Amino acid sequence: MSKRSAPGPLEYLRRWQMQAWLAAVAIFLYAPLVALMAFSFNDSRRNIVWKGFTLKYYDKLFNDSALLEAFGNSLTIAAVSTVLSLFLGAAAALVLWRFRFPGKTALDGALALPIVVPEICMGVAMLVFFARVMPWPQGLPWPLNLGAIIIAHVSFSFPFVAVVVRARMASFNREMEEAARDLGAGEFRTIKDVILPHMAPSLVAGALLAFTLSLDDFVITFFTAGPDTVTFPVKVYSMVRFSVTPEVNAASTVLIVLTVLLTAAALKLQGDPAATAGHGAGDAK
Amino acid sequence: MEQSWKQAKAVFAAALGPPLVWLALFFLAPLAIVWAYSFGHNDGLTEIAISGTFGNYARAIEPLYLKIFLKSAWVAALTTGLCLAVGFPVALAITFASDKAKTWLLLLIMLPFWTNLLIRTYALIAVLRTEGYVNQGFEWLWNLASVFAPLGDFQPLQLLHNNFAVILGLVYVHLPFMVLPLYSALDRLDKSLLEASLDLGAGHLRTLFKVVVPLALPGIASGILITFIPALGAYLTPDLLGGPDSQMIANVIERQFKRANDWPFGAAMSFVLMYLTFIAIAIQALLAKKTPEARG
Repeated sequence: MSKRSAPGPLEYLRRWQMQAWLAAVAIFLYAPLVALMAFSFNDSRRNIVWKGFTLKYYDKLFNDSALLEAFGNSLTIAAVSTVLSLFLGAAAALVLWRFRFPGKTALDGALALPIVVPEICMGVAMLVFFARVMPWPQGLPWPLNLGAIIIAHVSFSFPFVAVVVRARMASFNREMEEAARDLGAGEFRTIKDVILPHMAPSLVAGALLAFTLSLDDFVITFFTAGPDTVTFPVKVYSMVRFSVTPEVNAASTVLIVLTVLLTAAALKLQGDPAATAGHGAGDAK
Repeated sequence: MEQSWKQAKAVFAAALGPPLVWLALFFLAPLAIVWAYSFGHNDGLTEIAISGTFGNYARAIEPLYLKIFLKSAWVAALTTGLCLAVGFPVALAITFASDKAKTWLLLLIMLPFWTNLLIRTYALIAVLRTEGYVNQGFEWLWNLASVFAPLGDFQPLQLLHNNFAVILGLVYVHLPFMVLPLYSALDRLDKSLLEASLDLGAGHLRTLFKVVVPLALPGIASGILITFIPALGAYLTPDLLGGPDSQMIANVIERQFKRANDWPFGAAMSFVLMYLTFIAIAIQALLAKKTPEARG
């Protein structure tokens, strides 16, 4: 056996045991997803044996009005709740970054609550709220009928946006703000021309995060949705309960590709993925 | 220096108002109502009378439900332990990888993490069901072997709708939750300490347990917490992958609200789950305080 050089003491990645372990973990994580995507192109309903390439399940998908409606609902909810979360999250981050005020610790803690409270608890809270306290009117025209779900999504998304924006503001040089004010800029002008430009990258990152969180959410939507407001994950859930079909595979593939593209965009905009890894974990829901 | 709110009252009010009102109205108020319901009882078909009773909590710790709580905690703990065992070597490999490999390995771990939970669970169903990939693979091998020796008919393995599937599913879903905080803790380690330990004659395993683990303890603790909390409250995985005996707390809560229509009891169960979550966070915070020198 010839070696070019023996692995250094800390070069764990060059040891075959470690490589085997990583390969096994990668197979564990990816094989089910890759199989799911591959069999959405398989020309056979039952068999897992490859019978030839087909796009017929995608064709079916794009002619399935119920599924398309659910997909449209999901995108609408995600878009609206992203805009609202961005506004509320940035405002919260601004207040916590800039001001000293009584009750600051309490506000900080309350903002962390939606991040740590188990999804199921938040789901039932929303169910009770919209059933008893603020019943969302039935039969409103689209997209107003999605209001309850949008409100629920904003409630769990905007604290995440606040975390991301606040982390960014920590690197802001406060003297810049003072300089702007010395030079005669008013409060509004300072925020618009000095603070917002510094915030911008975190606003983009926060928006992508809020969008993905909303698009992915099943549990809270499941408790908030009425019979006529079905989102994509809720629709897929009812299909999955029923059986494993190539149509569900095709629908899942579309969503996986969409998420991967969004994530890639987020990583590119933020630069180094290593830098996002830390808060990716902190944001875990 | 932070500004006092009195110096710019208008800006302060304009920025604080919307998030505060939203949080109070659409998050704290709903939770408060659930909390109030947990001290009530059903009065007729639709009315709930808040009578200040602790009966729902007493029911939540009856043996039937206590068993489900204990089982959920056990399943979550087992999931966390398996994630730690599988994820620690991965985090170690990422830490000592070259910069380029590091980027790709992190992406490898994060990509499934961003994929929809429901879709990942569905992918596992397709793998594990009786006509799934695993069983079909076994059947193929079985038939191949039957050519040489009569083995009889192939009996598919029951891989789905049992506790095994739930644990496998939870590990599958939560592995990135464990790897990312472990990595960020290991990445901050002073590598020369490891080299010193190896130079002084300690083996790799000894260095791992005597040097790496103690130094990375806060990161390990936060990885455990970040994995344990969502695993404890998991709804979808036991619902789709589990059998009748793999119910977890979240499934019981869902049943009270959506089918059994016993909201006060469901409310009490959700608050027990919340208290358990807060206790877990408090324990972790205490542990992190005890080892301040290892942080940062």
